[in-house]
Amino acid sequence: MPDRFSAAFAGLRDTIPLTVGTTPFAVIFGTLVVSAGLPPEMALALSAIVFAGSAQFISISLISGGAALPVIWLTTFVINLRHALYSATVQPVTKAWPLPWRVLGAFWLTDECFAVFERRLQTAGERDTLPYYMGSTISFYLNWIGWTAVGAYLGNRIPGVATLGLDFAMIATFAAMIAPQLKAITPVAVAATAGSVAWLAQGLPYKLGLMLAALAGVAVGVGLDCCRRRLAVEEAA
Amino acid sequence: MTDALWLAILGMFVATYTVRASFIVFGQKLRFPPAVVQALGHVPVAVLTAIVVPEAIAPGGQVDLSPTNPYLVGTLVAGLVAWKSRRILVAVLVSFVVFGMMRWLA
Repeated sequence: MPDRFSAAFAGLRDTIPLTVGTTPFAVIFGTLVVSAGLPPEMALALSAIVFAGSAQFISISLISGGAALPVIWLTTFVINLRHALYSATVQPVTKAWPLPWRVLGAFWLTDECFAVFERRLQTAGERDTLPYYMGSTISFYLNWIGWTAVGAYLGNRIPGVATLGLDFAMIATFAAMIAPQLKAITPVAVAATAGSVAWLAQGLPYKLGLMLAALAGVAVGVGLDCCRRRLAVEEAA
Repeated sequence: MTDALWLAILGMFVATYTVRASFIVFGQKLRFPPAVVQALGHVPVAVLTAIVVPEAIAPGGQVDLSPTNPYLVGTLVAGLVAWKSRRILVAVLVSFVVFGMMRWLA
């Protein structure tokens, strides 16, 4: 078997734990779209065209909450900003790929596949990175789309699915992602600010409160960083 | 699907793809100032909290801080388990069981 094929297969194999781990979320996402009163094609289109789990979930709560388009786009952008760091991290390796593959490969750069790819680079070095990456990302992508379709289908078939409270899956996941970071003063202050502003600004139209709260939280974080830097400078002096 | 939904998807695609493609496609011509990188570090916590809080305290649009609000209790459980164990999937599962018991058995 040529090296390229075995590398592609290794990519697929190494991604399986994450492919399996995200499957329930793909199903819940598909079901959630339908239960929010949106057409099932919407679920498939989001999974196939946007392919960004957390942004997909948020967009559903924004759209059904009557958010304006710019708010939806801006929220998506902000939530995905972390991918710029992944993009920068893999760039030294991907710059050896032909441009069409880079253009295509960038589309599939998710949290999960980035983590798998990073580990591969550290353990196996920079051989056959392109087939490995493609084996990993394409299998992950197809699985995500397939189970989204299953979820959308189920959503259409299960009576009263809208009352099951599936939207809780997203909230629980986000809460579980935030909580472990709340062990230092700065992230606690950021979360407390964002949470309070989000609470107070709930009544604003088009879900603008979300943007306002996020900005306030980041501003407090930046402010605290500045304070700490100044303190450090004074101590050193 | 309505045009508005397609428009939403198209914009979300652009907002996602440009970020992912930034360095991979455009290479090292891009560079972030350190202050921006540091500010970016606060974005996930700020955005996720801003999303979670209104959904947890006012799931139907009305503020409900009582212990019978399954969204509020479930969110607190998810956060607490994750804070203690650092295992996100476990936290989600446990909170889902609590949420389900409050929601479907009550």
